[in-house]
Amino acid sequence: MTNTLLDIAGVWKAFEGNSVLRGLDLSVTRHEAVVLIGASGSGKSTLLRCINGLETVDAGSILLAGDLDVSAFKTDMDAVRRRIGIVFQSYNLFPHMTVLDNVTLSPRKVLKRSAADSKEQAMALLERFGLAGKASDYPDRLSGGQAQRVAIVRALAMEPELMLFDEITSALDPLLVGEVLDTVRDLKAGGLTLIMATHEMGFAREVADQVCFLDAGVVLEKGTPEAVFGSPQEAKTQEFLARILK
Amino acid sequence: MSGWPVPRRRTSRSNVTLVTSATTAPGAPEVYFDPVRQAYRRKRARRDALVGMASLLGFVLVVGFAISRTSGWPLVQETFFNGSEFIATFPGLLDAFLLNVRIFLIAEPLILIIGLLVALARDLRSPLLLPLRVVATLYVDIFRGVPTILVIFLLGFGVPALQLQGVPNNTVFWGTAALVLSYGAYVAEVFRAGIGSVHSSQRMAARSLGLTSLQTSRYVVLPQAVRNVIPPLLNDFISLQKDTALVSVLGPIELLRQAQIDASSTFNYTAYVGAALIFIALTIPMTRFADWVQARMRKRRSMAGTA
Ligand SMILES: Nc1ncnc2c1ncn2[C@@H]1O[C@H](COP(=O)(O)OP(=O)(O)O)[C@@H](O)[C@H]1O
Ligand SMILES: [Mg+2]
Repeated sequence: MTNTLLDIAGVWKAFEGNSVLRGLDLSVTRHEAVVLIGASGSGKSTLLRCINGLETVDAGSILLAGDLDVSAFKTDMDAVRRRIGIVFQSYNLFPHMTVLDNVTLSPRKVLKRSAADSKEQAMALLERFGLAGKASDYPDRLSGGQAQRVAIVRALAMEPELMLFDEITSALDPLLVGEVLDTVRDLKAGGLTLIMATHEMGFAREVADQVCFLDAGVVLEKGTPEAVFGSPQEAKTQEFLARILK
Repeated sequence: MSGWPVPRRRTSRSNVTLVTSATTAPGAPEVYFDPVRQAYRRKRARRDALVGMASLLGFVLVVGFAISRTSGWPLVQETFFNGSEFIATFPGLLDAFLLNVRIFLIAEPLILIIGLLVALARDLRSPLLLPLRVVATLYVDIFRGVPTILVIFLLGFGVPALQLQGVPNNTVFWGTAALVLSYGAYVAEVFRAGIGSVHSSQRMAARSLGLTSLQTSRYVVLPQAVRNVIPPLLNDFISLQKDTALVSVLGPIELLRQAQIDASSTFNYTAYVGAALIFIALTIPMTRFADWVQARMRKRRSMAGTA
């Protein structure tokens, strides 16, 4: 078994004739944390949505664990999404369900776990992230930081092999960013493989094993945080970093 | 600056209102009301209520007096508000109204079921199920376009005229069926609007958790959609309560028909007023209930907005 969890090769994706991804390549090793940076509109969200099949690609291949081709015509996308979790900028919790029901819904319905088992698992996860006291609350009673952490727990309850985070702190009050980033830090320490689009450069520098700078639909530059942040090679990367770090 | 005393956290018990809750430390006030301000507010609320009642009473007296002084009033009173006529006809009207209630109670659940199924069928995307979608769309187009009374005529007089074997020729049956078909089309559109009101990010979040399209509809979209359309649905209920009277054109003795019989035998219209009162007696509580539900949902929504 190779150590590559995700292998993206030559992926193209256009919306109404506008190519957002232009033959993008990206390889992710198991237990690796990959951080995607790049200007707004550079295709970070589109790439993440292609990876778990929320968008279909126009060309190229996305191979998960060497055996499941997300981009193939016949692939069962529900099977893909069982193995890849995603958390969005807007938490998208289900407002008509309690926190506990939000977390147990898909283990019960998709993995066919018993109510008791999924509840036990959910409570353990909520406990681990300091949310046990919120289990029977409805989402409208949560702060943004709590809501986003519940969204992360909800995705984790499916025990994904790969987690995608799409600017999960961008909608948060600055005071609440820290608690959500702590959660990601915790997951990274636990060995979860993750890809994260973010504008939190300090955090990227700290947790990333690989930083990818997206520009015009390709990964223009990638490397360790030291390399990309310390001595960026491409003019566009330098320009972007200068703008965002100023 | 004379005016309000500076609120202090704890003063003597007699003039401070302490509202403590389980979540705060014992003894620490969660809500503090300045007693002077509170007394002023109470006084003003009492005064507002009094002024309102007095103003309303004055209005009713003036209008009532003006009406009773018009030259035609005795005749109007005799024709529409005749006490002995009212006493003679009202029990019969109440009796006849039981049929309206029956029609309503049978029609309403069927309307909800048909409405929901048709709404779901109209949003089907599978090419194999295209016929279902077309039928549902045609149904809505047709039954929303044709006046309810015309559907009642068509079914109530038309179908029995065919004298088909095994098909009931009971007028109440066909009148109810016509109401169900007509209202089903409206309610289907209400449900569809409700489904559309659930943000697409909810569906996306559910799908990204591995739920199938069907599971997403069942557990995530529909519960929210139904909740969102409860106020308009209650409105349609109220409308249906009244429209049960339309079945009278087919002949069964329901409330309106009974009133018509009473009125035509005496040339006095008090029975119609009695019938109106009965309809109102049922719709007013429903309307207030709908208002209450709507207000509650608005409150919940604005609370969610600040979270
Ligand atoms: N569903 C869509 N339909 C049309 N255009 C889209 C859609 N999703 C994304 N785009 C476009 O693709 C480009 C890249 O968007 P996105 O992937 O969201 O970038 P990023 O996440 O890096 O800000 C943007 O120009 C955006 O307008
Ligand atoms: Mg984005």
